[in-house]
Amino acid sequence: MYPENYRYTKEHEWVMVEGETGTVGITDHAQDALGDIVYVDLPKVGTRVEMGKSLGSVESVKAVSDIYAPVSGEVTEINELLATAPEKLNEDPHGAAWLVKIRLSDPAEAAGLLSAADYEAYVGEESSQ
Amino acid sequence: MRYLPKSDSERQAMLAACGLASPEELFSHLPPETRLKRPLDLAAGISEYSIVDYFRARAAECANGYPSFLGAGVYSHYRPVVVDTVVSRGEFLTSYTPYQAEIAQGTLTAIFEFQTMICQLTGMEAANASMYDGSTATPEAAMMAVRITGRNRILAARTVHPEYREVLRTYAKHQGLPVEEFGYDPATGQIDLEDLERRISDQTAAVLVQSPNFFGVIDNWRAAADLAHRKGALLVFLFTEAVSLGILEPPAGADIVAGELQSFAISPSYGGPFAGIIAAKEKYLRQMPGRLVGQTTDSRGHRAFCLTLATREQHIRREKATSNICTNQALIALMATVFMSLYGKQGLRELAEQNAAKAHYLAGRLKRRFSAPFFNEFVAETGSRRPADINQALLERKIVGGLPLERYYPELAGCMLLCATEMSKRSDMDRLAEVF
Amino acid sequence: MERKVRSHPTQNESLLFEISSPGKKGYQLPDLDVPPLDMAAALGESNVRREIEGFPEVSEVEVIRHFTRLSTWNYAIDLGVYPLGSCTMKYNPRVNELVARLDGLAWAHPYQPESLSQGAMEVMAHLERALLEITGMDAVTLQPAAGAHGELTGILLVRALLEKRGNPRRRIIIPDSAHGTNPATAAIAGYQVQNLRSNELGGIDLEGLARAVDEDVAAMMVTNPNTLGVFENDIAKAAGILHAKGALMYMDGANMNALVGIARPGDFGIDVMHLNLHKTFSTPHGGGGPGGGPVAVKAPLEALLPLPRLKRIGDEWAWDYDRPESIGRVRAFYGNFGVLVRALAYTLAHGGNGLRNATVDAVLNAVYLRKKLEAHYELPYSSPNMHEVVFSDDRQAKHGVRTGDIAKRLIDYGFHPYTVSFPLIVHGALMIEPTETESKQELDLLADALIAIAAEVESDPEMVKSAPHSTRTSRVDEVTAARRPKVRF
Repeated sequence: MYPENYRYTKEHEWVMVEGETGTVGITDHAQDALGDIVYVDLPKVGTRVEMGKSLGSVESVKAVSDIYAPVSGEVTEINELLATAPEKLNEDPHGAAWLVKIRLSDPAEAAGLLSAADYEAYVGEESSQ
Repeated sequence: MRYLPKSDSERQAMLAACGLASPEELFSHLPPETRLKRPLDLAAGISEYSIVDYFRARAAECANGYPSFLGAGVYSHYRPVVVDTVVSRGEFLTSYTPYQAEIAQGTLTAIFEFQTMICQLTGMEAANASMYDGSTATPEAAMMAVRITGRNRILAARTVHPEYREVLRTYAKHQGLPVEEFGYDPATGQIDLEDLERRISDQTAAVLVQSPNFFGVIDNWRAAADLAHRKGALLVFLFTEAVSLGILEPPAGADIVAGELQSFAISPSYGGPFAGIIAAKEKYLRQMPGRLVGQTTDSRGHRAFCLTLATREQHIRREKATSNICTNQALIALMATVFMSLYGKQGLRELAEQNAAKAHYLAGRLKRRFSAPFFNEFVAETGSRRPADINQALLERKIVGGLPLERYYPELAGCMLLCATEMSKRSDMDRLAEVF
Repeated sequence: MERKVRSHPTQNESLLFEISSPGKKGYQLPDLDVPPLDMAAALGESNVRREIEGFPEVSEVEVIRHFTRLSTWNYAIDLGVYPLGSCTMKYNPRVNELVARLDGLAWAHPYQPESLSQGAMEVMAHLERALLEITGMDAVTLQPAAGAHGELTGILLVRALLEKRGNPRRRIIIPDSAHGTNPATAAIAGYQVQNLRSNELGGIDLEGLARAVDEDVAAMMVTNPNTLGVFENDIAKAAGILHAKGALMYMDGANMNALVGIARPGDFGIDVMHLNLHKTFSTPHGGGGPGGGPVAVKAPLEALLPLPRLKRIGDEWAWDYDRPESIGRVRAFYGNFGVLVRALAYTLAHGGNGLRNATVDAVLNAVYLRKKLEAHYELPYSSPNMHEVVFSDDRQAKHGVRTGDIAKRLIDYGFHPYTVSFPLIVHGALMIEPTETESKQELDLLADALIAIAAEVESDPEMVKSAPHSTRTSRVDEVTAARRPKVRF
């Protein structure tokens, strides 16, 4: 379910680090909890984001949820697909519906995030409460 | 009491069902220090007849049957009978905001038609379901421009309705949005483009221009739009006289349009309730304040409408909402919708033409202050006499004259703003002109 | 179900743009009694539009039928109980509509001479006096156009007073049970919002409040009774905590229908409040407005109220614009006058004792519904309620049925739903406010329907989840509406 090569946050974002670049998205658990996603608000390319701070939001019909940056850096690319097809975020949150790519200011940061196994355990614990 | 549908025995039965001996027990849990320990000091309730009688007496203390030449944001236009027939239907009058789409398709469909007609009138791509009025739509449009541009300075023409500018200042003051005004050309009555050019900067979020402006003059909003766009600012087009859109070129070159629909079968009613609008380019849809109705389908595949993009609004986004507006002016917007349906494409044009013709007839008999083309209002000079004296002389002839402009524009002390509409009779205009 | 509803055909109707045909007319203008005008010459060639593209052309008959048909697709108070919690959907007396349309009032121009506006001004002054007596406050402005607009006015007044005292401060405390307008308003007035968790009874947590209040807090915004319909027994103490630190207490008057004639905000520590005339004072909601949002204040705030203010000079009313400390205008002219007329007509009809009787019935109706329903729906807070009662869908959720589904099923029984999923502190809330203008018979039908639905949830949850089944429009696809917005024809 949760790719082994991604890192995860307790706020349900993921990041995949390749060299200096981190690709960021929200987890399958997050999309499921949000329900039908109708709009994704992403930052402009060039925006500097900080780990743990809001970088945008996702909307369902009756809720707005902040997306928190799992890593710090500068946004180099946003996923244009989501502007016209926000439903992709429900369909393929770990793949085609990535949100932004970030040039990492500190590539070591991601190491402090949850592994796939830890995240899965965390989600299991959270939903059993 | 006629509004309380219970007999005493039913009340007793309900109390008994709740295990209560007396109505007083319903409130026994309130701390004594919070209770009102005496009856309200208000007169006893009165009959329906007495209520009508009271208000008839109050109505008789106001101007009745006086021809009036006041405009200035509130216009006397004929109200087709059908308008009140429609809005008096309980299904429209006594329904709530259409959150439950399955049993509110009547209101939702009418709002969708309203939004569409506002777009057609203004040349914009999207319009909301209404604002309180034109004066509050003005700061809401400015705040929208601030969100879109990420800038915070607002430039408003002095030819924008003075009370709209006052409301703008009240709203803007506490949000750290500096409002600056730019002047008008004392010869034409149009905005002073050089002054605008001097004041506009790359910090300017919005330039606000009204047309026809407060002086009734068709303003040079296109040139203002060019200047604004060159600096990356938005042009907010304002209007107070909606009938003008029947004949005047729509402000399609503006970015946001905000205005007042009182002219569309909404009675002057001493200043309200009216209905404001905000319309804009579609790309700004998510930055709009207020409610929006969208088209969709129901589970059986039929066309249906519902409130949409609610995540912009206060009940979901709370402190991050685009506005705190909640209740708008749905029933008043419905009046305007019925009015627009009745007049339609041809009628609105003819109505506008009559207004222009009447006002130009009246202006032809007086001395105009400004040279630029005008629609159904104009500024007249009162020569050696004070506007107040002329109005007093008119009152003696049971005519309500124009609005003296000195309070709002000290430099126009010898001027008044006059308006003529399709309801202005030639004979009354002649009588008015004789007094000048 | 038959007791309340059975099916009856409704008519289909196209949009105006679809029934439009060139040349059809719904108007006739009087003959022009002045010379015709060459538009291009008079207005300027480039200023004249060609046509209003797409604008409809329909006849008067079609206009009447169109809107009448649309109207039959709506639910309304005139058709039955409208139990939306927090919305106070009470009967809208028709005499109010008549008096608001009397020529002298409906055709009064806001700039006509004061000497010819005395009746309108007296209506406003009369309503001001009544509202002051009802609220126990010292001064009131009728200018705000609706509740949220009143809130903004109220918070701007708070800011202005604190500024006058030297420091506008930065934070506003808002309980987690508050209406969404409260934090939205605070933000627009330039304040940061500090949420205050409710205590285990759903009320103000005095200890938490005491910890939260410091010299940087401008005010607290409280709703009383709160959004659970429960009177805040500690309201005066809470106000005391704020006042001790120089902060103010703002009251959202959305629930004033529970208090009129029983308790006055001015007597329990409130400094500023707004009223919703379209709730407590019976003016019609009209499918979403117009409203009226008067703001009442204690004496220290009077000088700051929006201008102009009514002033008595001899035997006449006048508008006073000389208000140097005023926060300025919040709206052009004087307010939603037509709504004020209706609110005064309502007040006159009831009179002092009548208003109190209305409050008694409003609370009795809510307590009665609670009694009838508490065996069938979970009551998350057991404090005595006032004019509304909040249940949760805890028991029904076990069958996969949520408050929104129960609400939709209620439509099949011929009722408008209650308020769904609010307040946020109750998970899966059913917020029910019957108001005083419901008969015992109507309340019994509503209670029977909700009890029947509770049974259906156990026997056939899937059927409930796909409700409504009997409406001409079935569940609407709000997701597609939001994903691909189509907001015009």
